[in-house]
Amino acid sequence: MTDQAERRAGARSQPPQQATPIWRDPRTRAIIWQVLILGGIIALAAYLVHNTLVNLEARSIRTGFGFFEQEAGFAIGESTFIDYRASDSYGKAFAVGLLNTLRVSLIGIVLATLIGVVMGIARLSSNWLVAKLASVYVEVMRNIPLLLQLFFWYGAISFLLPAVRDALNLMPGVFLSKAGLQYAVPVGHPVHPWMGLAFLAGIGGCVLYYRWAKKRQAETGVEPRLGLPLTGILVGLPGLVWLIGGAPVAMNVPEFGTFNYQGGASVTPEFLALLLGLTFYTAGFLAEIVRAGILAVPHGQTEAASAIGLRRGQVLRLVLLPQALRIIVPPTTSQYLNLTKNSSLAVAIGYPDLVSVANTSLNQTGQAIECISIMMACYLTISLTISFFMNWYNRRIALVER
Amino acid sequence: MTDPTTGMSNPEPQAARKPPASSVGVLGWLRGNLFNGWFNSLLTILALYLLWQVVPPLFNWLFFDAIWANVPAEVCRENREGACWAFIRERYRLILFGTYPFDQQWRPLVGVLMLLAVIGFSCFRRFWRPWLGLVWLGALAIYLTLLGGGVFGLTPVRSDLWGGLPLTLLLAVVGIVVAFPLSLLLALGRRAENMPIVKAICVGYIELIRGVPLISLLFMASFMLPLFMPTGVTIDALIRAQVAIIVFVSSYLSEVIRGGLQALPRGQYEGAQAMGLTYWQMQRKIILPQAIKISIPPIVNTYLGMFKDTSLVAIVSLTDLLLATRQSFADPEWRQFFVEGYVFIACIYWSFCFFMSKYSQHLERALSTGHKT
Repeated sequence: MTDQAERRAGARSQPPQQATPIWRDPRTRAIIWQVLILGGIIALAAYLVHNTLVNLEARSIRTGFGFFEQEAGFAIGESTFIDYRASDSYGKAFAVGLLNTLRVSLIGIVLATLIGVVMGIARLSSNWLVAKLASVYVEVMRNIPLLLQLFFWYGAISFLLPAVRDALNLMPGVFLSKAGLQYAVPVGHPVHPWMGLAFLAGIGGCVLYYRWAKKRQAETGVEPRLGLPLTGILVGLPGLVWLIGGAPVAMNVPEFGTFNYQGGASVTPEFLALLLGLTFYTAGFLAEIVRAGILAVPHGQTEAASAIGLRRGQVLRLVLLPQALRIIVPPTTSQYLNLTKNSSLAVAIGYPDLVSVANTSLNQTGQAIECISIMMACYLTISLTISFFMNWYNRRIALVER
Repeated sequence: MTDPTTGMSNPEPQAARKPPASSVGVLGWLRGNLFNGWFNSLLTILALYLLWQVVPPLFNWLFFDAIWANVPAEVCRENREGACWAFIRERYRLILFGTYPFDQQWRPLVGVLMLLAVIGFSCFRRFWRPWLGLVWLGALAIYLTLLGGGVFGLTPVRSDLWGGLPLTLLLAVVGIVVAFPLSLLLALGRRAENMPIVKAICVGYIELIRGVPLISLLFMASFMLPLFMPTGVTIDALIRAQVAIIVFVSSYLSEVIRGGLQALPRGQYEGAQAMGLTYWQMQRKIILPQAIKISIPPIVNTYLGMFKDTSLVAIVSLTDLLLATRQSFADPEWRQFFVEGYVFIACIYWSFCFFMSKYSQHLERALSTGHKT
C-alpha cells in the first residue's frame, strides 16, 4: 500500500510544472500526522504527570520504591518456598504473592489441560451419552462468569463442607473439610533426593534409547518397541533406587489434634476454591479448542496412514497429532495466559496472590502508583514469557512449506 | 430353471428384506450410539451410573423438595432437603436492582426491557444499516435518562445507587458502543505501515493491555485515576470502572478486527487505490465493510467475554448483579441460602451468554460466503 502511494506520488511529481503541493504528498502528511499525534500524547502525559505530582504533594505521599524495605506488618496465610512473617519487608511480601500466583497458575494449567483434553475427546465420542454430557459441561462452564464460579466454590467449601473435626475421609490419609484439604505425604528419607537423581538419569536413558531405536530402525527397517521400554526406564530406575534404599513406606498422615489436623500436608480452602474454579472454567475452553483441532484433520489422513501400514499408535503420533497440534497450540497459549491472568481474581476470595498482596500494601502505604506498576510489570513478564515459550514451540511444530 | 452360462439356478427376483430389528428403531440407535463395542458399553454404563447418582438428588433439591412458597427464613432452615426459593421471592428486587430506590425501580425495569428489545432487533441482519448505530445511541441516551432522572419529572438518582442487572447491562452496552470505534482506530493504526510511530503506539497499547489482567486495570482506575486528575476534580466510580472495561475490551477487539483486515486479499486495497479513493474512502467503502463482516462472529465472542467480565466490578465495590446478590444474603438470617442466590444469577448470566454464543455460531454459518483469503 505504501509503495503504491509513493510510486503514485512520485509519478505525478514527474512533470515539473505540476509539482505536488507539499501538503498532498503522502509521506509529508504521514510525518505531520505522526508529529501531531505524538505531540498530543506527550502533552496529555505531561498534563497527567503534573496533576499526579501536585496531588501527591498535597497528600504528602513520597514516590519511589523505598517502602519496599519497610516492615510490611501484615501476615500472609500461605507462602510457598519463602518463610514469611509479618515483620518481613514489603518486598518479601510481594515475592510471596508472586510465588503464590505462579503456584496456582502452574497447577491450574496442568489440571485444566488434562480435563480439557479428556472433555474435548469426549465431545467427539461416538458414544452419544458421553458426547452429550461433555457438551453440557462445556456449555455450563463457558457461559457462567468465573468470579461467580469462584464465589460458589469458596462458599461451598467454607459453608457446606463439614467442620474440621468431622472431616470427610475421601481416601485413606486424605481429609476434606471447611479447613481445606489435608493429605498424607511420605516421611522425609535420605533416599528421596537419590530417587530424584535416578529420575533425571532415567530421562537421559530414554533419550539414549530413543536414539538407538531410530538408528536401529534406519538400519533394519524394523522399529523397536518404544512405549514399554521408555516407561520402564522412567519408572524403573527411581523404583530400583527406592528398593536399594530400604523401601521406606512411612507416611506422614494428618492426625486430628485438639483443634486442627497435625502433620501431613494441607491446602487452604482459598487455594482449593481458586484452583477448582480456574481449572473447570479454563478446561471448558480448552475442550472446545481440542475438539476443533481434531475435527480439522480430515478423515482421509487417518485412512491414508492406515493404508500405508502404520499402527494405530503410529497413526496418532506421526500423522494426526502433528497436524492437530498445529491448530491447537496458538489458542491454547492464549488460554494459558488467560488462566494466569484470571488467577488475579484470587483477591475476591482472599487467596494471597500478587494482586491481593499489592492491594493490601496499597491500602497500608498509599503508594498506589508503585504497587499497581509492580503488579502490572509482573503480569506482563509472565505473559511475555509464556507467549515467548509457546511461540517458540509453535514455530518448531509449524508447517514447513517449500 | 438354470442359467446356461454359469450353471447356477436363477431364482425369481424377491422383494428386499427388512434390515434386522437390531439395527433399526430405538434398539438400533441404542446399539449404534451407546453399545458399539465393549469400551463404549462400559462408558455408557459408567455415564448412566454417574447420572443416576447426580440427577435425582439434584432435581429433588432444585424442584421437588424445594420451598416455593413465600415463607420466613426459619421455615426454610428446617427444610434441609431442598432449595429455598422463598429467599429469591423475598429478595429478588434487591438482587435484580441492587440499592436503587425501591419505589423508582420501574425505571430500570423499563430501561432493561427497552435495551433487550434493541438487542433483539439488532440480531436481524436486515436491520444492519447505518441508522442502527443511531438507534443504539438513542436507546443508550433514554436508558441513562431513565436511570439517572432529573428531567421530565423523574426524581434524580445518584449513580452510586444504581445496581443489579441494569448496571451490568449498562457496563456491557456502553462497553460495546464505545469500544468498537476505538478498536477500529487501533486496528487501522497497527496496520499503518507508513506511520511507524502511530503503529508503535498502537502495538504498545494493545500488547500492554492484553498482558495484564482486567482487575489490575480496575484497580488502576479506582486508585490511580483520581491522582491523574487536577485537584478538585473527582470522577464517578462508575465512569472509572467503565473506562477500565472499555480500555480492556478495545485492545482485544482491535486484534479481532485486525484478523479480519489481514484476511482480505491485497487486491482489494490495490483495486480501491487504483480507483483513486482516498485512505478513509477506501477504508469506509471497501475494506472495513468486508473486514468487519469476516470478524463479526469473533466480535460477538469478545462481547460475550466482556459481558462475563463486567462481574469483576464487584471487586471494586460496584453493586452489579453479582455484588447485589452477595449483599442480598449478607444478613445472617438468609446467610446459608447463598447457593440459591448464585444459582439464580448463574441462570441469568448463562441465558445471556448461551444466546450470544449460539448467535455467533449462527452468524458464522450465515456469513461464510467463501470470501476468506
